[in-house]
Amino acid sequence: MYGTGLAKGLMLTLRHFVESYVDDVRYGFRKYHHSTDNFGIRQGTKTKGVITVQYPDEKIAVPERFRFVPFLIIEDEDHPTRAGKDWCTSCGICAKVCPPQCIWIVRGNDPDTGRPVPEPEAFFIDIDICMNCGFCAEYCPFDAIKMDHDYELASYDRTTHHIHDKERLSKPNSYWRSIAPTRAYDEMLVRGTWEHKDAAKEARRGAASARGSAPQPAAQTEAETASAPAAAAEAPAATSEATAASAEGATPWSEDEAKREERRRKALERKAKRAARRGQ
Amino acid sequence: MELNLQELNATEFPVPTELENNIAITSLSQLYNWGRRNSMWPMLFGLACCAIEMIATASSRFDFSRFGFEVMRATPRQADLMIVSGTVTKKMVVPIVRLYNQMPEPKYVLAMGACASGGGPFKEGYNVVSGMDKYLPVDVYVPGCPPTPQALLYGMIALQRKIDGQSIANGDDVPWYGVGTAEATPVPVLGPDIIDPRQMDMIRRQAEASARDLDRLGGRELPAATQLVAAKVETRETAAEAEPIDDDALSFVLPAGAAPWAEAEDIREKRRLRALARKALRASRRAAAVEEG
Amino acid sequence: MVAPALDPEVQTNSTTIEGAIDYLVSARPDAVSPDSRDGYEGIIVAAGQLLEIARMIRDDLGFDYLSSATAVDYLGEGDHMEMVYHAYRTSGGGALVFKAQTDREQAEIPSLTSVWRGADFQEREAWDLYGIRFAGHPNLKRILMWEGFHGHPMRKDWREAYYEEEQKPFDSRWPGGHVHRSEEKNVFGKNVAYPPDIDLGRLMDTSETAVYQSLGLGVDVERIMDKDGFETNELVVNMGPHHPSTHGVFRMVLTVDGETVTSLAPVMGYLHRNHEKIGERNTYLHNIPFTDRLDYISSMGNNHGYVLAVEQLMSLGRRYNEPTYRCEALRVMMVELSRIVNHLWAIGFWLNDIGAFFTPVLYFIQERERILDFFEAVAGSRMMCNYMRFGGLFGDLPERIKSVSNLTNDRVRDYNTMQFLTEMINERIPRTIDELELLLTQNEILIERSMGVGVLSRDDAINFSAAGPLLRGSGVAYDIRRAEPYSIYPELDFDVAVEDEGDMYARYRVRVTELRESVRILRQILPRLEATKGESIWADGKPGAYAPRVPLGEAYGRVENGKGELGYYIVSAGGRNGSMNPWRYHVRAPSFINLTPMGVMCHGHKVADIVGILGSIDIVLGETDR
Repeated sequence: MYGTGLAKGLMLTLRHFVESYVDDVRYGFRKYHHSTDNFGIRQGTKTKGVITVQYPDEKIAVPERFRFVPFLIIEDEDHPTRAGKDWCTSCGICAKVCPPQCIWIVRGNDPDTGRPVPEPEAFFIDIDICMNCGFCAEYCPFDAIKMDHDYELASYDRTTHHIHDKERLSKPNSYWRSIAPTRAYDEMLVRGTWEHKDAAKEARRGAASARGSAPQPAAQTEAETASAPAAAAEAPAATSEATAASAEGATPWSEDEAKREERRRKALERKAKRAARRGQ
Repeated sequence: MELNLQELNATEFPVPTELENNIAITSLSQLYNWGRRNSMWPMLFGLACCAIEMIATASSRFDFSRFGFEVMRATPRQADLMIVSGTVTKKMVVPIVRLYNQMPEPKYVLAMGACASGGGPFKEGYNVVSGMDKYLPVDVYVPGCPPTPQALLYGMIALQRKIDGQSIANGDDVPWYGVGTAEATPVPVLGPDIIDPRQMDMIRRQAEASARDLDRLGGRELPAATQLVAAKVETRETAAEAEPIDDDALSFVLPAGAAPWAEAEDIREKRRLRALARKALRASRRAAAVEEG
Repeated sequence: MVAPALDPEVQTNSTTIEGAIDYLVSARPDAVSPDSRDGYEGIIVAAGQLLEIARMIRDDLGFDYLSSATAVDYLGEGDHMEMVYHAYRTSGGGALVFKAQTDREQAEIPSLTSVWRGADFQEREAWDLYGIRFAGHPNLKRILMWEGFHGHPMRKDWREAYYEEEQKPFDSRWPGGHVHRSEEKNVFGKNVAYPPDIDLGRLMDTSETAVYQSLGLGVDVERIMDKDGFETNELVVNMGPHHPSTHGVFRMVLTVDGETVTSLAPVMGYLHRNHEKIGERNTYLHNIPFTDRLDYISSMGNNHGYVLAVEQLMSLGRRYNEPTYRCEALRVMMVELSRIVNHLWAIGFWLNDIGAFFTPVLYFIQERERILDFFEAVAGSRMMCNYMRFGGLFGDLPERIKSVSNLTNDRVRDYNTMQFLTEMINERIPRTIDELELLLTQNEILIERSMGVGVLSRDDAINFSAAGPLLRGSGVAYDIRRAEPYSIYPELDFDVAVEDEGDMYARYRVRVTELRESVRILRQILPRLEATKGESIWADGKPGAYAPRVPLGEAYGRVENGKGELGYYIVSAGGRNGSMNPWRYHVRAPSFINLTPMGVMCHGHKVADIVGILGSIDIVLGETDR
């Protein structure tokens, strides 16, 4: 009969109208109360239709993989040895994989030697260009740049707010671990430590060199930096010079200084060799 | 109470002496703002990807009608708010400016997403305008590519907050109560490239200069010498809202009247020095920590 | 399915592509030669005989469907322009690729519009962006840029205002990356040569004749606009680019006689974001998130087409691993989910266009929200998924769809992913489709409004290179998932939706059937995901490189996207070891080419039907204008 299709459709809209109240009735006056845990159900697959999110009063927490503008990870303030230090080593991979090229990195140079140091001097992201693709976070070999979950960034002025510099970008490691615990855990498994790759490496190296002539099996999978001073204390004092070294070894950077000098000398030798070869 | 009223009257708005202590201008502003902020009708106007998220924001799950962005109007004559949702191309900026001119005051512009704010990932493209604020005064920028519906809602609430902060007493906040009708924004023209009529003199000068150079060099690409330094200054002046220029070395706005290249170098140098200073500070902190530890 | 009658002798040996090429080379050795460049395929046709050969290809060999026609500028790699055509048989099978070369300075190639009318817009695009003249084209005007624009921007030697370097990554970003805004460096675009006698008054002529004149409309505006002749029978009506029913910044100019449309010309380019120019500067990896922004309703499908094209090229090289089975299954699942999103969106907004304002669309996009929640949890973003990689994916499914409270008032959700998927696929989506059918399919108003409106005949659909539901709604059972299968589609059980009427209602029916077929596919995917649980999504267990080198050659990867055939034509040129940046990156956009028959479909209908017909084609402007 002509009109039945129409009537069926109208019945459907009526059903929708009624159903839109069913859920409200089910939760009574508690529906927007934050102590009720019905949010997950109301925004999930179990409920019928879709239920309005009362935005500023209740927000959908974004999933762990969510990506908005990037941020840089720095060590927490209470980190024993590297407090406030960047995870970023200014290797430049994020700037290379960035599709719209919105990342600018100034690689730091050691003022004395002129060699690059693994720490960015300046880091800028123009969020007016950023396309939130997440490549920088995906391809960062040091897990130093991550996609933020804070999307509430609206501003009245873009000239001063929309180029994020290093200060604005830096957020502590604990923040990342709090917004994406599963992913942070997975990354830890890949790295083998909760620490930064370099920190772990240094710790291992520090421990090994402190033990000096009596090398111990380095079965330190966790390789906490804190173990370096401990190991140094344990190490037997072979000579007075070594004692001095190991006492200083409690401070990883002075230890590192010697290492760096050594590396630099070797590199210079290699360079000289190459130059000689080219000269021939 | 007496004291309070005194405070409320302390505006630049001239109050007759006999009415002093009897007028509360702020309250009226509040009433006025309350009315305006809760009846912001956006224009039904989508440009690109962001428009889809804007529709999602308007639809049942996020529903911006809850804030008085009640209904989207297809005609600019009934709209208070233009949500520039997506990439503004050179070809499209002409109608957009025309639409903006047709909107009655008070009118607001919300740049949604990276493209509308500053060109976004397509900034380098030959047909893309790098930011709606090149042509129109933008009130709120919402970053993101695209901003999620919640981010857009946050931006819209930010716009309401901005309105809340306005005062009838301040002529800059409510220019539509000024004399006569507002001046229309000049509509850009599509020539060999997009032309802002406000820059026409400069373009003509540049064209003449480049014609001379082209004759001399016989090439299409113009040498750097013909880049008009003055151009920089004028665009900044014609930018819809004169930005307060920050002397801070980290500010990215070049001061007006300066040669851009030299200035840029200068800013870079300053920035570098600051970064070095920060670094030195960190190093000294570290050293201090060592001494303590 | 009747292929054009073939010469029996030809038919025997030319059913394969190789056979067809042999036939052409032996029949016309003067005009045709095989393309022997490394990594290239097909034939090179002498430009003078192109028209003749194209007729042979269509009529004698049965390649009746011209999928893509695009130009390549080989500046520095041979210094010629090349038009590349991909022709297919609607009965299925691979492409016959044929090319015509021309000089860069005096670029001219005969137009193929008399053979395939689907070449119309594509040739206009090639003229606009590359400056190739097409002799015999009925209306060779710019299509994406405006008349009077300076130069042909896709040519390799044309540079934008904010030009920095030929290829990304730019050196200025690292290690001395001092931030700047490019507009501060180049305010005017020094590459634009303004004529010394530039006159704003002339440019600002906004009289109606001037507004329509430069558009290349195929509409005789001057005659209609002639006020002195008192011609009032016909009116010129402009719709868009700001119009609530044009699905974005699309513009149509129609001439009407009373309420009846006598001609219609689409005007586009209002969202021309230079995907291809930017794409040729990007590295291969950079382009993946850019493809998201083509058809921004179904970004997963865009990703899929692009990675297929690049994988085709990469498979020529040594360091390439096929995607694993789990990876393929996940890809197909994501693509089918986005097809559902696309069709729900398309049907909803089509109903908006024909007058059922907002009720249907609000019902249908409810389900979209759930799917987007899933995308957000798996790929990281609701719309711009950026999920697929060469030979793999961004990541496997997470164990749980879980969020962590971060901002004030954040409410946390936590679901099991597979359970979420199962409920969505088995309950929610079918329920929505049932509701959709209940609401619409038998609705008398809808039927009367859409049956017999916007008819595109079968032959026209093929000749106009229509794709997707537009083609299948006209009785051509051509679905790339079956005609030239890719990924794991061969082993999946589904039917190709097809309707014979060719009107708006037929297209609606095709979409509804495809929704059901997508659910059917998804139901087959679920057990496959369970079975491959734990398998890596990367063949060698670790993610691909961030700067893969792609061997020399060309590839045309195409997928059946929600809107139709989405193809990527990619040329890798440059060094001997391949390149990191594509030399040519062309998108064969279904939304763009499906607009070619718009004028024919609208002829004789009322003005109110125009938006309905446009809605039933289902375009998205990000893809139309690119």
